Amino acid sequence: MRRLRDMTATATSARSDLSELGRSETALRTFLHGLPGVDQVGAEQRAAQLGTRSIKTTAKAQAIDLAIRMVDLTTLEGADTPGKVRALAAKALRPDPSDPSCPHVGAVCVYPAMVPYVAEVLRGSKVHLASVATAFPSGQAPLDIKLADTRAAVAAGADEIDMVINRGAFLAGRYAEVYEEIVATKEACGDAHLKVILETGELATYDNVRRASWLAMLAGGDFIKTSTGKVPVAATLPVTLVMLEAVRDFRAATGRQVGVKPAGGIKNTKDAIKYLVMVNETVGADWLDPDWFRFGASSLLNDLLMQRTKLTTGTYSGPDYFTLD
Amino acid sequence: MFEYAPAPESRSVVDLKPSYGLFIDGTFVDPTDGGSFKSVNPASEEVLAEIAEGGGQDVDRAVRAARRAYDEVWGPMPGRDRAKYLFRIARIVQERSRELAVLESLDNGKPIRESRDVDLPLVAAHFFYYAGWADKLEHAGFGPDPRPVGVAAQVIPWNFPLLMLAWKIAPALAAGNTVVLKPAETTPLTALLFAEICQQADLPPGVVNIVTGAGDTGRALVEHPGVDKVAFTGSTDVGRAIARSVAGTRKKVTLELGGKAANIVFDDAPIDQAVEGIVNGIFFNQGHVCCAGSRLLVQENVADRVLESLKRRMAQLRVGDPLDKNTDIGAINSAAQLARIRELSDAGAAEGAERWSPPCELPDRGFWFAPTIFTGVTQAHRIAREEIFGPVLSVLTFRTPAEAVEKANNTPYGLSAGIWTDKGSRILWTADRLRAGVVWANTFNKFDPTSPFGGYKESGYGREGGRHGLEGYLNV
Repeated sequence: MRRLRDMTATATSARSDLSELGRSETALRTFLHGLPGVDQVGAEQRAAQLGTRSIKTTAKAQAIDLAIRMVDLTTLEGADTPGKVRALAAKALRPDPSDPSCPHVGAVCVYPAMVPYVAEVLRGSKVHLASVATAFPSGQAPLDIKLADTRAAVAAGADEIDMVINRGAFLAGRYAEVYEEIVATKEACGDAHLKVILETGELATYDNVRRASWLAMLAGGDFIKTSTGKVPVAATLPVTLVMLEAVRDFRAATGRQVGVKPAGGIKNTKDAIKYLVMVNETVGADWLDPDWFRFGASSLLNDLLMQRTKLTTGTYSGPDYFTLD
Repeated sequence: MFEYAPAPESRSVVDLKPSYGLFIDGTFVDPTDGGSFKSVNPASEEVLAEIAEGGGQDVDRAVRAARRAYDEVWGPMPGRDRAKYLFRIARIVQERSRELAVLESLDNGKPIRESRDVDLPLVAAHFFYYAGWADKLEHAGFGPDPRPVGVAAQVIPWNFPLLMLAWKIAPALAAGNTVVLKPAETTPLTALLFAEICQQADLPPGVVNIVTGAGDTGRALVEHPGVDKVAFTGSTDVGRAIARSVAGTRKKVTLELGGKAANIVFDDAPIDQAVEGIVNGIFFNQGHVCCAGSRLLVQENVADRVLESLKRRMAQLRVGDPLDKNTDIGAINSAAQLARIRELSDAGAAEGAERWSPPCELPDRGFWFAPTIFTGVTQAHRIAREEIFGPVLSVLTFRTPAEAVEKANNTPYGLSAGIWTDKGSRILWTADRLRAGVVWANTFNKFDPTSPFGGYKESGYGREGGRHGLEGYLNV
């Protein structure tokens, strides 16, 4: 890490130094394998310890509203219909129709084919429209098709693209290939923000999660995201911890801030608050904002709304009082 | 900013009496020739209760009660029946763990997160573990029919009051001994609640006796001629005095004394986890830990980066009300201990080391000390040699692994050490050369009832925990 610090010290040359890395497979490999390792036991223990924080009363109310604003309200099913995604978009704008003080969510996240229907509903609002692309969730398609997929989504109105990395190439050590795909996708995005899905459930080790995070950031990703939600292991607290440490160190080295999005498996308020505590105590207030931290989730929103109602009214409402999507 | 609202654990689970007597022969009694003293909450200086101070005659009564219980009940009792009592105690400790944890935090000043998540689970685990040995002593490796020693005099410190009680009482009882235990004068309350648990478990009278008091009470207990075994955990100075006073007697002795552990961070260490380990090593329990990693030895080519991460992490530590569930660092146990920490820290600054603490607001009342690190420390500084027993870390650097080992061993103590590296062979190479009773690799301050714990050199002799922990309580 001495090397990294030197880069930080020479602020202006730092960026060019890091961008050079992508030009050579050897340079990328040397850099990624020179990152400090992650001790699995220690990382999991730290994540568990942060999970014991007790967030009550005013802090809880604050956390719930922040979490709602961070939700990427998602539906990624073969059975999605225009009607269903329109309803979802309407809910994104006004999650709790009975309470105007309830904030809107961060974004709606759908397949490219559904983007035009969502765009109609969201037009003129501050809710972002995210689309998965690049042959989501497997990424198993030729590059030109992945790029066409991306361009189509942007053209239809998406301002955020969630791409998947080529895990096969990453695990085989072909880092330059992964890097170049991300660079090309970022270019295809134009002005749209690029979230890079690492699919950490397939990366097997925290060392790999750290390397993939750096690779995605070096290649220009605006966000790094844990999972597609389509493999058995999705977002976990320790994986998110390692990614948060990566964005923290990346900003220290380059000056550029990158967002983090855990996705999949975050189902209730208690879990969401654990993530917010982790953000707070790992990277601090700079990331406690929907521009820098998102939850990829579907059922989470209703639990947040139920807990919110409980805090304001003192009683739990049944699930029938919240819309099912 | 995301501010955590206060999340205090309720005090109402604890039923504090205004005064407590001595627990002798199964009942609470008033002292015959002793006085009384007060136990205070170090976080607020509020008086918690009036505690009896055992005098010489009280100690004598307690030792006689223990002898009688040993001769008539506990000694002759089959191991499987002793085990039943120990299992019962372990279960009651678990059932009443919230109450015990709150009381421990009130009396000691440690954060409820630690008393709840570390102390109490370990206390119960110790009783469960040694309960399992009670009917299997012939398989412990000390011969076919190992016999107990008799009456054990046990003197424990204030840093882990109930856990140290468990470390002492569980193996003693499992092996068939009876005990007279003196808790520290600043933290007697959980031991007295434990006495109630002994009553609740129907433990025969006299098997466990608790005599509260200060140094004089402890001395009377250790020097009592009716005692067969002395077990002490505390400072090296008192340990020396005890060793002197029992020299030439039949008494068996185990001592668990001070430490000045090196926590060694090599340049290939997993930095983020190493920083967690450094924090846990020195700030756990306000640094009131004999095996605390109070000397950080960091390889010079990563020193800047490690220190930068460490300072950023220290700024996240929450110092304050021990009963708040989000508190990381509680109160210093006593005014005397606070004075000692201050004196040594001032000496560190005066000798030229650079002092740093994160900005943190300390409460007005009670005994508090901000987490502190000293950089630019050399082996010659007092803060690198003397045990501070507080949240103060001395940072030294090294260039080669051999230098790390030399510095780590260059201390009269030898209780524990830590090694941080991604390389397995380096862990083994280093651990082989460290003269310390416990060596942690890529972790720190991990305890388990199955693992023996104890020191080299002036950190004491004998082992507690595991099969080895039975030896001090068996006539072998």
